[in-house]
Amino acid sequence: MAHFTKANSVYEWLDQRLALTKLWKVLAAEYWIPKNINFLWAMGVVLMTMFTILVISGIFLLMYYKPDTKLAFDSVNYTIMQEVWFGWLWRHMHAVAASVVFLVIYIHMFTGIYYASYKRGREMIWISGMLLFVTFSAEAFSGYMLPWGQMSYWAAQVITNLFGGIPFIGDDLVIWIRGNFYVSDPTLTRFFMLHVFLLPIIIMMLIGFHFYTLRIPHVNNQDGEEIDFDAEAEKYKAGLKRESKVIPFWPVFLSKDFFVLSVFMIFYFYLVFYHYEFAMDPINFDPANPMKTPPHIYPEWYFLWSYEVLRGFFFNVGPLSAMDMGLIAFGIANIIFFFLPWFDKDPTVAPADRRGGFFFWFWLMVIDMIVLTIWGKLPPTGINAYIGYLAAVGFLALWAALPAITGERRKLFWFVVIVTALLYIFGFMEYTKAMGNGFIITATFLIFYLLFFLSPVMVKERERGAQ
Amino acid sequence: MAKNRRDFLGMVFGGFAGLGGLAALYAMKRTWDPLPSVMAAGFTTVDLSPMKPGELRTVTWRGKPIFILKKPPEQNCNHLPDETKKRLVEIKDSEYLVMIGLCTHLGCIPTWEPDKKIFHCACHGGEYDACGVNIFGPPPRPMDIPPFKIEGTKLVLGEEGPEYKKLVGKA
Repeated sequence: MAHFTKANSVYEWLDQRLALTKLWKVLAAEYWIPKNINFLWAMGVVLMTMFTILVISGIFLLMYYKPDTKLAFDSVNYTIMQEVWFGWLWRHMHAVAASVVFLVIYIHMFTGIYYASYKRGREMIWISGMLLFVTFSAEAFSGYMLPWGQMSYWAAQVITNLFGGIPFIGDDLVIWIRGNFYVSDPTLTRFFMLHVFLLPIIIMMLIGFHFYTLRIPHVNNQDGEEIDFDAEAEKYKAGLKRESKVIPFWPVFLSKDFFVLSVFMIFYFYLVFYHYEFAMDPINFDPANPMKTPPHIYPEWYFLWSYEVLRGFFFNVGPLSAMDMGLIAFGIANIIFFFLPWFDKDPTVAPADRRGGFFFWFWLMVIDMIVLTIWGKLPPTGINAYIGYLAAVGFLALWAALPAITGERRKLFWFVVIVTALLYIFGFMEYTKAMGNGFIITATFLIFYLLFFLSPVMVKERERGAQ
Repeated sequence: MAKNRRDFLGMVFGGFAGLGGLAALYAMKRTWDPLPSVMAAGFTTVDLSPMKPGELRTVTWRGKPIFILKKPPEQNCNHLPDETKKRLVEIKDSEYLVMIGLCTHLGCIPTWEPDKKIFHCACHGGEYDACGVNIFGPPPRPMDIPPFKIEGTKLVLGEEGPEYKKLVGKA
């Protein structure tokens, strides 16, 4: 047994048994963050706060919510909203936080992309973050079902139907997921379980893992500079705070983070109290009715971009129907960000504005995703169908071009551009019904998909420049 | 020798634990399966004998609306191209049209307009003729035919009878 001496205070008594001082040093007081960062580095702490708010408001909603198709709608819209004191507050906080958490996730993600914080040892940070994104998406979808309004119901119907696109097992898989032939009581209770227990547990574990992945490679900085964290930490501890390139997580980094967080919380509570309606679709205030479809179905804003990739293909190509094409593109869109570290062939870690072509790639990707998001909510008729097609093909084309851009392979880059342009022209001809389902368009799509899968393999990583 | 014995013990232990894990996974999969009561409710039986010619009846099967239209003798679906011609089901000398009443575009429920003899979908303006074949607007294909079986004058939805298999070209 270890040797223990008599403690002189409660803290010392605990410290002997739990090594509190050491733990605090490892986790916060001597966990080093670069100085050379900006407010975008505060998004992690903002996300952590939003998740905490979601858990706390969720606990209070859970006390009155009833996961039964006969009771769910009234337990939300009558009991929680009208009877429970401050029930409306928890609901609005929960709904608004669920929406803005995605806004911050996207900012967090694109900050990582802009500053190249996903490569040269930081791959696991990126992958664990993407796992969090996927689990958050599942959490948002399962939660959206619970109020059992018309939008809840038909979103559940459409999303579970997507699994029907998987070859061979699709139809049976849909019934298995729903626990019935259509979205009904067993579907609601199992998604309730996922939403309040299994997925939050997975998210908490993934958050722990995401923090852990930062330990070895450390947080990136505004210049992508490689920092000797041990040496800089020694300087800081020796009192050379001005000369050191790092600061401790607590109290220095967090003090600035709390400022950004405060600004964000003002925005958040402004939404909660004055503009909560943006997170509450009016159609969802009609109780779910399997016998009546709302005229226009669309997902919440944060899923619109991938929804538009799904809808973007409006014509059949050879043996593939428009529906299959959309499903394949949708499947790719949902996993492709995981592979970003391997699509980017340039080993330099630097902000996008110092990386030539990548800078344009970054902003084109942002613009494309905004276009997809806007057109995802419009009805897919007339010219909207063609714009959706442009943006959906554009999304895939950007990914296919990324290895060529970052690997400085000009010929391959122009090849991707030409194939994409051809797809745009053929798509326009299809749109104006000037051309049938010809061999040429099938062949072009074939080349396009081959390019898409092969280009990250074909292009070797660029030699690292003089460093 | 001792090492081999340890390896063997390890493999026995691993195999046994793996077997238990598989059994647990199977139990979890089965727990998510639709319940027997749900499966039993997956069949709907309709007696067609009281229907009049030209009458449309909507029944619910697996949470979906099913249109059953009894054809007057002078109407048929012979104007259709070959692959969609045989959409009529013959039961006791009368012909019926049986189909899932969901628009094949995005799943809205079309309404029957008896004077124009068309199904009209209010969501995106799709139209189907009296045989359930898309004639206008975005729907990509005719309304789907649900699996059914004929028992005398009764129609059992949810089971694949020989008439259904003939209709969808499975037999």
